[in-house]
Amino acid sequence: MKRTLIPIGPYHPLQEEAEFFQLFVEGETVVDMDVRISYNHRGIEELSSRKTFDQVPYLVERVCGICSASHPIAYIQAVEDIARVQVPDRALYLRTIVLELERLHSHMLWIGLAGHFIGYNTVWMWVWRYREPVMDILELITGSRVNYANAKIGGVRRDVSPDLYPEIRKAADAVVGPIELVIKAVRDDPVLRARLKGVGVLKKSAARAWCVTGPTARGSGLHIDVRKDDPYAAYDRLKFDEVVWDDGDVYCKFMVRCFECLEAVKIIHQCLDQIEPGPIDAMVREIPPGDGCGHAEAPRGETFHFVRSDGSATPVRHKVRAPSYVNIPSFKASCVGQEIADVALILASVDPCYSCTERVAVAKDVSTGKVLWTHSDLVRLSREKTVRMGGK
Amino acid sequence: MGWKMWALKKSVWVYHVNVGACNNCDIEILELLTPRYDIERFGMMLVGSPRHADALLVTGICTRQSVRRLQEVYLQTAKPCVVFVIGSCAGDRGIFKAGYGSPAPVDEVIREVDPNAIIAYVPGCPPRPEAMISGVVKALAAI
Repeated sequence: MKRTLIPIGPYHPLQEEAEFFQLFVEGETVVDMDVRISYNHRGIEELSSRKTFDQVPYLVERVCGICSASHPIAYIQAVEDIARVQVPDRALYLRTIVLELERLHSHMLWIGLAGHFIGYNTVWMWVWRYREPVMDILELITGSRVNYANAKIGGVRRDVSPDLYPEIRKAADAVVGPIELVIKAVRDDPVLRARLKGVGVLKKSAARAWCVTGPTARGSGLHIDVRKDDPYAAYDRLKFDEVVWDDGDVYCKFMVRCFECLEAVKIIHQCLDQIEPGPIDAMVREIPPGDGCGHAEAPRGETFHFVRSDGSATPVRHKVRAPSYVNIPSFKASCVGQEIADVALILASVDPCYSCTERVAVAKDVSTGKVLWTHSDLVRLSREKTVRMGGK
Repeated sequence: MGWKMWALKKSVWVYHVNVGACNNCDIEILELLTPRYDIERFGMMLVGSPRHADALLVTGICTRQSVRRLQEVYLQTAKPCVVFVIGSCAGDRGIFKAGYGSPAPVDEVIREVDPNAIIAYVPGCPPRPEAMISGVVKALAAI
């Protein structure tokens, strides 16, 4: 059959962000695909080497607007790893609360968008409406709806008054009903079920081969969760289930996110039960030389930050590895063999975040025969420049 | 352009261009469509093509990759077209000003192709949905 190329993007009504997909189709079936990113490359890593340690959280918060608690916390843990800081318990609990509220709002955002992508705008509208109390409570705790600026090196910036606890509990509980409704709807509604079940299967072996993380991996039966594997913040003191579904289709990823919302509510309640009055800041004054790593389970998967300090006020090197960076290539495994009509949903099913991903401007080789810079080309260029500069 | 301006102010249809934003402004724009803010009751609607749009909602710092694309999108809109520059990044690149990621702020990029472009700014990181509604109302009152 004749092979046709369908370009999607960089600006496309389907997409929030600029990214470029090339779908190679035969009839209605996708036979191959290619993803081109880096339309959103903003040079955050370079910029962060010109900010002081305390200013960088403000910057990494803007790596991705939706993971704006996970990224700073991963960075801060990296710095705390260098400085060997003992963070006060209360600060750890407060961080956990914000992280879980963020997970709630991000997953609900995704559930809504998934409804939007399959043409079920009712789901979108209702779920986003139920998401609003979460945004309100985040604003109440941190002062902003989406950029929280809550965590700092050594603790958190703002304390939460005990008067707010009932409000937080109320907002978290308000989410449970609607999420259970969605779970029931997806289980029972023949249309939703038909559109989600068996679509875009990412098998366990493929998931492992593509190194996916987060709900994408847990929807494929992999037990990967930073909160369990290497607990940070207060997660080692909390009881919660790792939600894992085995089939790897969009339905499983949907369910993983729904049930994670319910787990998040449980975690928030436990935090509020266990949290005790106390200091919220370890008052870090100096960052010694050294390397540090920090990672956190963002709503989309593991976000990893590496920081190197030489004892000055700014990080010498700061490396960000965002979850979407590993999740996006898995499209190649999950889209091939599917219908074009399902591709939008499959692409959305990993909850891709392109602004997270575009830390590196290395263009990659594609099968279309176009000349692009490959990694080795760039390395060669870089080496030649060294020779040029050193040769004189 | 008398009657065109008059027509522009009724039921503004908007096209959303993300030229290098962190998604915050974008989710807040989508928030506008959902039940709490529901701007569709004012006749504002997100459309899928710049050719249908009366206004562009531009978010992000305008990365090097997006300069030409933004200009192209702007040229494709029906004139008169109002450009709403949403957020600090789009307004003056915010924290990214010092970086190499963006050659020029959004308004300069658009003025390069149309010196008389109508540009309205809604600052904030990200601006609250209420601020965006107020920005649109004020801009429409001013033109």
